Amino acid sequence: MSQPTVKPELPKAADGPLKFIEERIPTGDFLKRNLRKVFPDHWSFLLGEIALYSFIILLLTGTFLTLWFKPSMEHVVYDGSYEPLKGVMMSAAYESSLHISFEVRGGLLMRQMHHWAALLFVASMMIHMLRVFFTGAYRKPRELNWLIGLGLLTLALFEGLTGYSLPDDLLSGAGLRITQGVIVSLPLVGTYIQFFLFGGEYPGEDIISRFFTIHILLIPGILLGLVTAHLILMWVQKHTQMPGKGRTEKNVVGAPFYPAFMAKGGAFFLFTFGVIALLGAFFQINPIWAFGPYTPADISAGSQPDWYMGFLEGSLRIMVPWEINIASDYTLPLSVLIPALVPLGLIFTGLGVYPFVERWITGDNREHHLCDRPRNAPVRTSIGMAGVTFYGLLWLLGANDEIAANFHISLNATTYFGRVMIFLGPVLAYIITYRICIGLQRRDADVIGHGVETGVIKRLPNGEFIEVHAPASEPMAEHIKGKKEIQRFPDTTADEGGVPAPGMRGLMGKMRVKLNHAYTADDVPLEEHHDGHGEQHGEVLAGEPQKGITRH
Amino acid sequence: MTDNTNDINEPGEERVPKRILGTPPSEGGYLVHGEQIDESREAPGIYVQDPDKARRTEKYIALSFLITFLAGIGFIVSYVVFQVGDLDSTAVSNATLGGTLALALLGLAVGITLWVRGIMPKYEITEKRKVLAPSPEQRSELNQIIIDGAQQSGLGRFKLVRRTLLLAAAPLGLLPIVLLRDLGPMPKTALRHTVWKKGLRLVVEGTGQPIRAADFNSPGGILSVVPHGYEHDMNALAKATLILIKLRPEEIQPPTKVENWTVNGIVAYSKICTHVGCPAALYEQTTHHILCPCHQSTFDATRGAEVVFGPAARPLPQLPIGVDNEGYLIALSDFEVPVGPSFWERGDAEKKVREGEKA
Repeated sequence: MSQPTVKPELPKAADGPLKFIEERIPTGDFLKRNLRKVFPDHWSFLLGEIALYSFIILLLTGTFLTLWFKPSMEHVVYDGSYEPLKGVMMSAAYESSLHISFEVRGGLLMRQMHHWAALLFVASMMIHMLRVFFTGAYRKPRELNWLIGLGLLTLALFEGLTGYSLPDDLLSGAGLRITQGVIVSLPLVGTYIQFFLFGGEYPGEDIISRFFTIHILLIPGILLGLVTAHLILMWVQKHTQMPGKGRTEKNVVGAPFYPAFMAKGGAFFLFTFGVIALLGAFFQINPIWAFGPYTPADISAGSQPDWYMGFLEGSLRIMVPWEINIASDYTLPLSVLIPALVPLGLIFTGLGVYPFVERWITGDNREHHLCDRPRNAPVRTSIGMAGVTFYGLLWLLGANDEIAANFHISLNATTYFGRVMIFLGPVLAYIITYRICIGLQRRDADVIGHGVETGVIKRLPNGEFIEVHAPASEPMAEHIKGKKEIQRFPDTTADEGGVPAPGMRGLMGKMRVKLNHAYTADDVPLEEHHDGHGEQHGEVLAGEPQKGITRH
Repeated sequence: MTDNTNDINEPGEERVPKRILGTPPSEGGYLVHGEQIDESREAPGIYVQDPDKARRTEKYIALSFLITFLAGIGFIVSYVVFQVGDLDSTAVSNATLGGTLALALLGLAVGITLWVRGIMPKYEITEKRKVLAPSPEQRSELNQIIIDGAQQSGLGRFKLVRRTLLLAAAPLGLLPIVLLRDLGPMPKTALRHTVWKKGLRLVVEGTGQPIRAADFNSPGGILSVVPHGYEHDMNALAKATLILIKLRPEEIQPPTKVENWTVNGIVAYSKICTHVGCPAALYEQTTHHILCPCHQSTFDATRGAEVVFGPAARPLPQLPIGVDNEGYLIALSDFEVPVGPSFWERGDAEKKVREGEKA
């Protein structure tokens, strides 16, 4: 068979395999489209990548650890090479963790890298999520990917919790004990869930092997599936981009997947891997041999969970001792239930419903591919900062014993501080962030309307001194002008005789209009003044009434 | 690793070194076979690097890859040379293995980054986005397919099929839940009892030594105590572990129970915190406060271990203790109320005890 020759020709080594694949899997168009797929560039787009690469490193190091780890709570007497524990009774799980640390070359390194990668995994996910939140990248059409991301974060927390418990050292057991205390406090079903999960009373002999299966099979399997879905959706919907010259809602500007993004991604994976190796090599983490085997009778002072569980720890610590008995027969341990469930529920439910609530309030059904700058959505940014403050305070208070000890503050004072600030802090954060956002918007409006200060002072014929303003540079101006108007619903009360639109009738409708008006209340419009451009001094705005520039 | 040093700016024409027409194309090029770069392939948005700069970058890339090569060999050498076993040797092995691994990975990462930034062109390619929502025509086609399929399946017309299918699915959905039943026993009253019973000796946790009341006589002393014979029974210890505190008799105040509950000022409280079950292991001699290190619930040992601070809502239950005829401390019964964290079925056990005493 003679085929028309293809030009340009590929070298044989590449042509052969490609031909083999193409004739069996119809990839022709797929490869053509996707090899040159464009990826926009911004440092904050790398955060999700760190999470992805940490996950891969977790799978690699975790697999290594399973080759020696024994998920068993069978009692054994230690006879390994770590002298101080010789002859001590311990579980097989703890013994095998010591074996990995002291008798397998590279075992300690892999254990430490696994732990560091886990910390980095959750951290990068959270920061990635904050980036997506504050730039509004979760908006249509990306709500589903936002929810998948939220699912990934939730699972990652459980993955961390189950993994932390496996070595069965004294510190990991303390975490497990708290978990049990929380589970058993659940009304109606608590004791049953505890007995089924632990195979009877705490700690029982099943929990390590059950957590092991959950940790190495169940959750990673779901994580892998969700990560794949997350990436496919990102690929199909294409990445968002920051506003700037030549960037619109209808295009994406950046580097092609092949060769540039591919190589950059590869390099970034290696950077992540390298840094984790560095941490594993030189920064000790979870020295289980120093803690000793778990016993429910002992604990060490200053016990701290992994960082991502710290906010739950803080929430438990600042709670007041509330407990309700119903007719003397049933108990609602609110001092456990509220701190364990309410912050978690607030944060995760809030994150889950926010894109939909915002879409309802703004009535914005457009597709968004250009990121918002946080200042241009002041309500969202302020809600986000209130949430960050709420979480941050809880996290901080999870270490209140360390704070009290290191800064010589009364421990009780830190708790009282927490009890007040957990309510006050988010409110303050909201107000402050809101004002900062509006201030930044005004500055943007100033840059567009009057230009940038040049530092050149000029004296006018009438004796007045002014500073000469130059028009903003094109990239800067384009970046600022990427701001999008948020639709403000018509004011129904002022519209005499007007019939409100169907979506704005009734109680819900009225609330929607109110929320919409609150959401759009302080938008500062960008207006270009062409008269005397560059000669105007920056004081023009200050003379005008505030309302004139904030309302429109 | 972003190409743009200034992220808000687009590296427009004036920022990115663009190839000047007439200058020779870079040697080697980016195509395979050592082909020269095809001028016509320089599409809009692709800015080829300055060839001299690319040449210089090549040396640094080669150096980075060479470092990776050496570090890789270093890793293997470290694996063979440095053995593990005790803390010191393991530390050396860990540092050398991790150090060489990190060096190898970072060398490769730096090399590739230099390659991307120094040899590959800078890109500002614009790709169009497609509207994600289908056109009305596409939608009507899809709707037709769905309607046709539903009609052809006959699920609408044949009611019996539909209903029995739902019926058939119901028990199947329950099977996984039923199958999980044997995960554990029913709780019953297990959480209400511990292994303590009349006559069971108190022994020191760790050493297993029984305690002679006369020997435990320094006020302010504290001991962590477990039941004799259950020193390694984790389930028993999770509920039955005690703290034994020696107080001066005049320090003891109600609601601490004294008569038939203490021996010469020695009081026994459950060590399991009533908040979420951590061992309340810290004791402050001067204030007689028992502190749980997990969430800082604080209990007053002189006043029946009542809560003075923190999230715990109930006092640590007290265990009645006495001495046997050899003078060793023993339990006089089990706890009157459930120990440890609260649970739904617990109820106000303390109130029931008080009512029982009155009756």
